[in-house]
Amino acid sequence: MSGARKGYVRPLDLRQGRVDMTHGGGGRAMAQLIEELFARRLGNAYLGQGNDAAVLPMPPGRLVMSTDAHVVSPLFFPGGDIGCLAVHGTINDVAVMGARPLYLAASFILEEGFPLGDLARIVESMARAASAAGVLVVTGDTKVVEQGKGDGVYITTTGVGVVVDGEDYAGDRARPGDRIIVSGSIGEHGMAIMAQRESIGFAAAIVSDTAALHGLVAAMRASGAAIRALRDPTRGGVATTLNEIARQSGVGMMLQESALPVQAEVAAACEFLGLDPLYVANEGKLLAIVAPEDCAALLAAMQAHPLGQRAAVIGSVHPDPQHFVQMTTAFGGRRIVDWLTGEQLPRIC
Amino acid sequence: MKFIDEFRDGKLARGLAVAIRQSARDDRDYHFMEFCGGHTHAISRYGVSDLLPANVRMIHGPGCPVCVLPIGRIDMAIRLARDAGVILCSYGDTLRVPASGGLSLLKAKAGLGSRSASHGEHHGDIRMVYSAADALAVAQQNPDREVVFFAIGFETTTPPTAVVIKRAQALGLRNFSVLCCHVLTPSAIASILESPEVRQWGSVPLDGFIGPAHVSTIIGSRPYEFFAEEYRKPVVIAGFEPLDVMQAILMLLRQVNDGRALVENEFSRAVTRDGNRKAQQLVAEVFELRRSFAWRGLGELPYSALRIRKSFADFDAERRFAIGYQAVADHLACECGAILRGVKRPQECRIFGSVCTPENPVGSCMVSSEGACAAHYSFGRFADAAAVQ
Repeated sequence: MSGARKGYVRPLDLRQGRVDMTHGGGGRAMAQLIEELFARRLGNAYLGQGNDAAVLPMPPGRLVMSTDAHVVSPLFFPGGDIGCLAVHGTINDVAVMGARPLYLAASFILEEGFPLGDLARIVESMARAASAAGVLVVTGDTKVVEQGKGDGVYITTTGVGVVVDGEDYAGDRARPGDRIIVSGSIGEHGMAIMAQRESIGFAAAIVSDTAALHGLVAAMRASGAAIRALRDPTRGGVATTLNEIARQSGVGMMLQESALPVQAEVAAACEFLGLDPLYVANEGKLLAIVAPEDCAALLAAMQAHPLGQRAAVIGSVHPDPQHFVQMTTAFGGRRIVDWLTGEQLPRIC
Repeated sequence: MKFIDEFRDGKLARGLAVAIRQSARDDRDYHFMEFCGGHTHAISRYGVSDLLPANVRMIHGPGCPVCVLPIGRIDMAIRLARDAGVILCSYGDTLRVPASGGLSLLKAKAGLGSRSASHGEHHGDIRMVYSAADALAVAQQNPDREVVFFAIGFETTTPPTAVVIKRAQALGLRNFSVLCCHVLTPSAIASILESPEVRQWGSVPLDGFIGPAHVSTIIGSRPYEFFAEEYRKPVVIAGFEPLDVMQAILMLLRQVNDGRALVENEFSRAVTRDGNRKAQQLVAEVFELRRSFAWRGLGELPYSALRIRKSFADFDAERRFAIGYQAVADHLACECGAILRGVKRPQECRIFGSVCTPENPVGSCMVSSEGACAAHYSFGRFADAAAVQ
């Protein structure tokens, strides 16, 4: 009999199996989890190097880097899950700087007892989202915390992209006269989560808008329009993002309520819960500040892209020493659209 | 959208604005108090004031549930959570109301002011709920913990509290009780009308009231008839949508011009003269009048609030934990009291928008979006800036 018998390792049980403390312990169990669950789904040449860090070629241009922790509850929601959200969220932060996203690092904090099958679904969703976006997950980390010390799974992703020289989108570049464009209807991600959490029947049709926006950004850049600033209005919604830009640029803004694209279901669910869609999170929308003469061209370019079909001009930039974002209400009055106070919806992304 | 946009229609609003301008006489001013925070919110959020002529002025009333809660009542809730170790369930708005010692329920929840400085110990277990029924569910899920529902609000929120108390009794729950701080709208209106600023000095000119919307669905329009007759002030009950408010203002203008002082019902789609009898009976079964209750801004008002009847004593947190109310003075510079009585406007407070903001509220009116200060700060303060320039 030959002395070297091929070792048999029982594969991970993705049906009944659960995360236990050994999966974060640094031993064989962790190696198996990484190999069978993560590497098999996210695999690429860089991840496959199996070193402590990925060594990557240096692309021409300037590096753009961003990081984002994802703690959404529930983990699975209409239109997505924490996996694709963790990919889109970070890609979008890189994309709105005008950059082409290239690589992601992903770090998982798993709670003891979390079903391996759910983890596999989440990682598969990440893999699909990354592959669709043409982005590679090149390095990662896994930690396990005791039951009760986490909420299933938290995912932190860090993204790296490149932006060509001369392309400078920044929140301090809005000027009086500029127009404000939103790429589509607002508030869908936040309300999809909220509708599920609160079991609001009629709002079941609301689907999260989670999507990677770099393709839309590329189409916008290709239009040649003088884009001053791009930003994705996630937590705090459109209202908070516009207030950030107004303060950074030292300007005021005036919105038209009647121009805001809002789906009927989202408006109804917001009404029901006493929320304002302007403050509800989006995960697949962006706001663009553009020079007035290029507004029409940019709007047309956005509307020609699948993620910008409902793009609309929602207001303009004005001189204002107070840096107020104001809105002409559909009712015919005027009001401030202030910073979000407190926390409208917790654990949204 | 059905039943929402119809009540916010800009075209109808412009039509009403024209009618209001035509009805308002040039030779006089009109001062109307909207009692409810819901109206205050609608006026600010939709910019209703921008559609009114300069001589028609709205005065914000005291009808914001968290605004009228005195500091001592929040202190009671914090003591329950921190010292008695209960799970305290509260509506979201109440969490940020300032209490004694720089605390609020939100800060107590994060462990501020607790004896142990280390993380994770002796935190107040304070949870936000959307309804009284949610609090009852928390009690059912935690049979080994005492659970207290911090029940606040006017007549609208009282029946649901009555329901959960009866339900808890029927279920034989031994770990659920209610810290009852429910107050009565007519008492607050009477207090305003009896105040020297309105009655003797005339420093608060008051030509009529926009009457409560949701409260009136419960109590009906009849309770206001006394005010209309006794004090000769017209009352128009109105819904919380901006067109409701505009229509009510027009109805009030016409009453004043005609020298009438009647209770009229603009909110007839939801309010009847007798109100919701079933809810009234339920409330009467579970609650009784308190001899006196301290309101923020309005002071101690006799028979102005409810407490839980003896037959439901097991569910009364005040009895169960033997905690009493201790009066605490408001912040010296805070004008919430005067603002709640309609004596001052938010922007006339020295600390409005500087020391006192929605992020760091000093007074209760800066907390809830229905509070006069928060509504003006969040929606209307551009008008102050314009006045400065």
